[in-house]
Amino acid sequence: MSTARASRRGARRQTLLGLAFASPFIIGGAIFIVWPTIASALYSFTDFNLFQAPRFVGIANYSQMFQDPTFWKALVNTAVLTVFGVPLTIVISLVGAHLLNLPVFGQPIYRALVYVPTIVPAVVGGYLWRWMLNTEYGFVNYFLGLLHLPQPLWLDDPAWGKPAILLMCMWTIGGTTIIYLAALKEVPAELHEAAQLDGAGFFARFRNITWPTISPVTLFQTIVTIIAYLQIFTQPYLLTQTRLNESSGGPGQSMLTYAMYLYQNAFVFLKMGYASAMAWVLFLITLVVTLLLLWSSRRWVHYGSDEER
Amino acid sequence: MARTKSARALRRTGQTILIWAFVLLFVFPFLVMASTSFKLPDDVFSAPPRLIPETWTLQNFVQAVTEIPFLTYLGNSLLVSGLAVLFTLVASPLVAYSLAKIGWRGRRPLLLIVMATMMLPPQVTMVPLFLLWNGLGATDSIIPLVLPALFGTPFLIFMIRQFLTGVPNELLEAARIDGASEWRTYWAIVLPQARPALITAGIFQFVWSWTDFLNPLIYLNDPSKYTLSIGLYSFFGEHTVEWGPLMAASLLFTIPALIIFVVFQRFFVGGISAGAIK
Repeated sequence: MSTARASRRGARRQTLLGLAFASPFIIGGAIFIVWPTIASALYSFTDFNLFQAPRFVGIANYSQMFQDPTFWKALVNTAVLTVFGVPLTIVISLVGAHLLNLPVFGQPIYRALVYVPTIVPAVVGGYLWRWMLNTEYGFVNYFLGLLHLPQPLWLDDPAWGKPAILLMCMWTIGGTTIIYLAALKEVPAELHEAAQLDGAGFFARFRNITWPTISPVTLFQTIVTIIAYLQIFTQPYLLTQTRLNESSGGPGQSMLTYAMYLYQNAFVFLKMGYASAMAWVLFLITLVVTLLLLWSSRRWVHYGSDEER
Repeated sequence: MARTKSARALRRTGQTILIWAFVLLFVFPFLVMASTSFKLPDDVFSAPPRLIPETWTLQNFVQAVTEIPFLTYLGNSLLVSGLAVLFTLVASPLVAYSLAKIGWRGRRPLLLIVMATMMLPPQVTMVPLFLLWNGLGATDSIIPLVLPALFGTPFLIFMIRQFLTGVPNELLEAARIDGASEWRTYWAIVLPQARPALITAGIFQFVWSWTDFLNPLIYLNDPSKYTLSIGLYSFFGEHTVEWGPLMAASLLFTIPALIIFVVFQRFFVGGISAGAIK
């Protein structure tokens, strides 16, 4: 009897303690995450320009998106960047991880150098690449010229704006590469040695041993990278920035991404309702893509436990 | 015998060359930044470009810190990053401790909420957050950039929580049996144990705040409040860009992050991998 009461009192004490220690996040989450999420959903059904009270307009913001050519342009641009950027990121990181895993002198330094671009301030990276892609004085075209390759106008050519963004993004794949390096360490060396004795070449071993073992990490990295590309803002914004608070979106808006157009609507055109609706559509797209990927993963991701089959 | 040895040496050399080529792609932009910042204006605009300056000059660095209020911007950047680190180190471990080491009923749901908020696109909360700060009259101050950290940062809470689950319970039980209060257990036993995770969380927060562009862009309008992320645009003119001073300022802006990286390098790698590999 008394022990039950004591334990009940103990449980209540634990709950109070748990709540007390978690209280910063419980309060902060309510103010900075939960409330803004609810408010954003509500605003998405209103016409709101910051100076007048929000006016309910039903699903007008959502239906407007279908007829807004700039919306489609931005959506397609973002999709193109994602479709090319994600596989490039995965492949280059994987190749890089294999290179940086080779037992050569100075290995830790090489790893650090590949990672360093990811800690450079976003603006520095953006302006630096603008300079390197300069058609007259930039190094990128200089090298292309040395190799007798065509020298595109990059940021001035609607066809070359997106490759320019991707080029800049590839500079900061160090994080993905480092995660792959950690994953490669988990690949059992005995399997590789045994396969090598059986005469399996590098590619056969990669396909049958390395790739299945690291597939859960590939799934994780693919999801994270897709989400990052769907929300891509800073790189294209900086490459096409025309004033502090404005960016042109490149020639013919060829570099205008979804998140850039959303930002424009919110803070340049002050269409807060439309911007909120766009944010929810982005969220839904992200969710659907992530779920599709998780669903497909049953076919290509191998977890340790079902290796016994 | 000798042949296999030389074959191995050849292979080793080939590998090293490949690695050098790969690494050079990542390093080269830094060389361009450094080179441009030490060049005279005529040299900056020379075609074809040269990597080694014709005449070395510090003129760009002088211009970088005098032409724009560089020191004000630098001070603001340091203040924002410093406060954000301080705030996150106060709050995130508290929440992580509740999620990892206190046996209460709400901890699993709360952990799920923390993880779910990591997936929410920042664009969803961007507009209402702006309206909230605007309503509180806090726009055009650094408050919106630092105060949220005082309530814990979901990713860092999660990371510290993962680390704390590895701290043996016996350690805490011993302290509790000795009559230590929960706070004392947390302060004297858990926090010292969690040092590596706290350092990782601190440097992550520093790098995020230091390199952040979108939030200063949204919230700072008064030039006296600008961080370097926003201030660097001053080198862009109507039709021309002062590439020399801009690259010099960029170099100065990058150096603090580089120092943090060099000093705390091993914590970076641990932190990045913690989220991905379980």
